[in-house]
Amino acid sequence: MGAEFVQFSLTPILIGIFASVACALPGNFLILRRQALIGDAISHVVLPGIVVAFLITGTVATWPMLAGAAGAALVAVVLIEAVRRLGKIEPGAAMGVIFTSLFAGGVLLLEQSDTSNVHLDVEHALMGNLEQLIWLRADGWASLLDPIALSHLPPELPRMAIATLIIAALTWVFWRPLKLSSFDEGFARALGLPVNLISLGLVAAAAAAAVAAFDAVGSIIVIAMFICPPAAARLMTNRLGAQVGWSVVFATLSAILGYILAGYGPLWLGASNSVSAAGMVAAVSGVILALACLFGPARHRVGVAAGG
Amino acid sequence: MADLTLIETPEPLDPASPLAVRGLTVSYGEKPALFSLDAQFPVGAMSAIVGPNGAGKSTFLKAALGLIPKVSGEVSVFGRDADRMRDRIAYVPQRASVDWDFPTTALDVVLMGLFGQVGLWRRITGQHRAHARACLARVGMEDFADRQIGQLSGGQQQRIFLARALAQDADLFLLDEPFAGVDAATEAAIIGVLKSLKAEGRSVVAVHHDLSTVAEYFDHVLLVNLRRIAEGPVATTFTADTLAEAYGGRLGAVQIDALALQGG
Amino acid sequence: MSGFLDALLFQAGYNAALVALGATLLGFAAGAGGSFLFLRKRALVSDAVAHATLPGVGIAFILMVAFGGDGRSLIGLLAGSAVSAWLGLLAVEWMVRRTRLPEDAAIGAVLSVFFGLGVVLLTVIQGMSRGRQAGLEDFLLGSTAGMLRQDAILIAVGGVLIVGAIWLLRRPMTLVAFDPAFAAARGVDVRRVDLAMMGVVLAVTVIGLKLVGLILIVALLIIPPVTARFWSERAESVVWIAGAIGGVSGWIGAAWSASAPALPTGPIIVLVATGAFAVSLMLSPARGVVAAVMARRAFQTRVHRRQGLLALARSEPIHDRLTLKILRNEGFLRPDGVATEAGQRACARIARDEQRWSVARRLHHDTGLTGRYDGLTPITDVFTPDEIAWIDSNIASEGAA
Repeated sequence: MGAEFVQFSLTPILIGIFASVACALPGNFLILRRQALIGDAISHVVLPGIVVAFLITGTVATWPMLAGAAGAALVAVVLIEAVRRLGKIEPGAAMGVIFTSLFAGGVLLLEQSDTSNVHLDVEHALMGNLEQLIWLRADGWASLLDPIALSHLPPELPRMAIATLIIAALTWVFWRPLKLSSFDEGFARALGLPVNLISLGLVAAAAAAAVAAFDAVGSIIVIAMFICPPAAARLMTNRLGAQVGWSVVFATLSAILGYILAGYGPLWLGASNSVSAAGMVAAVSGVILALACLFGPARHRVGVAAGG
Repeated sequence: MADLTLIETPEPLDPASPLAVRGLTVSYGEKPALFSLDAQFPVGAMSAIVGPNGAGKSTFLKAALGLIPKVSGEVSVFGRDADRMRDRIAYVPQRASVDWDFPTTALDVVLMGLFGQVGLWRRITGQHRAHARACLARVGMEDFADRQIGQLSGGQQQRIFLARALAQDADLFLLDEPFAGVDAATEAAIIGVLKSLKAEGRSVVAVHHDLSTVAEYFDHVLLVNLRRIAEGPVATTFTADTLAEAYGGRLGAVQIDALALQGG
Repeated sequence: MSGFLDALLFQAGYNAALVALGATLLGFAAGAGGSFLFLRKRALVSDAVAHATLPGVGIAFILMVAFGGDGRSLIGLLAGSAVSAWLGLLAVEWMVRRTRLPEDAAIGAVLSVFFGLGVVLLTVIQGMSRGRQAGLEDFLLGSTAGMLRQDAILIAVGGVLIVGAIWLLRRPMTLVAFDPAFAAARGVDVRRVDLAMMGVVLAVTVIGLKLVGLILIVALLIIPPVTARFWSERAESVVWIAGAIGGVSGWIGAAWSASAPALPTGPIIVLVATGAFAVSLMLSPARGVVAAVMARRAFQTRVHRRQGLLALARSEPIHDRLTLKILRNEGFLRPDGVATEAGQRACARIARDEQRWSVARRLHHDTGLTGRYDGLTPITDVFTPDEIAWIDSNIASEGAA
């Protein structure tokens, strides 16, 4: 549990934690606003985004990919909103039309373009490559203080850490308007708050989290982390602040347990190969949610129904 | 009619009125909800907006606040654009318009009324909390400060909304059906608070659906059914004739008689 | 191009013809079956169902290998996917019923967790000696390449059975989708019909796995119903129009993809349906964007015209610039702001209409009719000439009194 852990497990686990927390934070508000599935939609359109970026630049470098994914997320959000308003279609169906269409377009483009010699495929976008984000230069905990070894950290780690810090800072700064407009939009508007801008900003933050995370950890973790930790947290408490706190705890727990179970679980069971860490992180978050559904202190709908 | 002429420079709406509108038309799709409505509420009074279901009462409040777009017309709050007067308006939406399952407490909701003062950054101090608790006390809910809002009864939820409006310390209170589906004790508590606001010189405009209490609660009334049917002091405006016009066949002669109004 | 025509006419070989037929039937079943979900405002439940199939496919493969099979039997894999999709559906319902979580959160949780489990199982299978050629990844995006004849027949037969089931159950399902409370009052067992609806969606998903894959089957369940809604206000016609759109998309898409390389069937079918959606969104006469923009303009003009003429009739000043512009353009006002002769006639007409409405609303007791007063509709559109005469006589007698 020394050098080998630092070399092969520390960085993937940290990246997993950052990615999970970055998605769980906006997920709290998305769930309360009945927009939980926007994360699902965004994750699906990442694929067409990176394919288009590849077709334009001809490389699979990181930054063009991220820009393509972000652009696609933006296009998707705008299209969903346009279809919802112009066609007077309920949000779920509008989302379903747009993200599946864009995904189909992405798959078609991928088939049509010659990507045989580059590592660009649907599975990669879905599952990421968490297991490969290892820190070969490290030879123990002491490497954390060694500037040469530190300079060989996988670049995904600082990138994901910065993205997570920015999202956390934004959540903190805009806490009051987010809470106010999520709870009572009419009142927020009457106060003069730019409700539509807040709503767009939230979706943009979610998209940024999804885009920053997909490259490292894949879309599965992204979708699961948008929903499962915040949903489980909602069942633990009736205070928004505490809910966000719980969701961060659950996201972190899912990332750590998921990675360890994926890497070492099969060995404990006598198998020789590890299994997908991304899938396992999602599965662990599901187990946490199931436990919260069964035992969470605030799991029941209580009180008097509104209205009448 | 031959000598019709037009004045193109608009006269300003009465700056003394806390809320005045002219030619307000609002529509949902192709169906107008309000048509060319004029209204002017008096300052320091309790005013009711009365009319049948679907007559555009709530729409009026929302359009006046700029929550929904209008097709035409102008709105003034104390003689100025409503947008620039937001910190002087307190709005109490319909209770059913929010998700009461939201993870927050009664005190938290009241503190939301202080957003105009604390904004994004300023710390919520003990003073703010004390003010919010005082507002809760005014509606008789000080013991429920830490209760999750979903655990409150309908009447209690309505009181929390009123306490939030009180926290805003505004000059104009706009209430959308504050008595809808609340118990008698809550109704008495709310009307007590509103009367105390009036005593402080503040103006109250409420959408109201219970015809039997209009005369008892309010000074001024706007009868609306798509357009203004009548507006003025309750004593002279709230008559059998105007009610018949606002409600048409929906209100029988018996019901009008029961209101013991003169005229008709 | 001739390749495309051949494929359209089912002339591109027996297998291609079977695939095209299967895709047509699947598209029809998906469009019609998805309509019930869409009308019930639960379109994205299909997303959870589709993603929840993956672990079932994996477990079925592992079980079949464990019992000595080669694991690739399509019918076995589909049976497995149906079981796990059903479990996913139950999980969504359980969460919504037993906890405070809303349905969209439950859908998202189920789809991501089941999908994550499925991916874990896929990596387990890749580690098995027989797993390398399992080809289970095809279920993500579908694949018609190398489809066995018996698989194509399975899809075609499955499509026929689903369409038949929809036809048999169309009445209760439309009733429940449109108004569950009314359906219950009529003695329909809403819960069982809901179950049947879910069964149809599940069957479509399972049958569609091989052809279009689990991500894109969601598109076939959602896009045709949404498109059909632009063309009809009646629930039952929405179902059949959606079926037709889905069927034609499946047919054209399958033929197109068979006619050239590197045109994967699933995405092409979906994009054909998306094309139909985009055209409908813009051009539908009742709900399309173009129609809405034109109607909105006409409506705004009507409001301003009426408001302006009323003000003129009452000798009130007009402040609104748009109102003034419209009255001038239509010849009701002279440039100096004085009413023209036509303007005066229009004023008189509108003033009389207002007066009639005011009397009608006071005296006429049918609120169904007087309720149609919206400030714009002329009273002559609502009442018959003899009723108008009665109203006028009341006006005359009131004037005399």
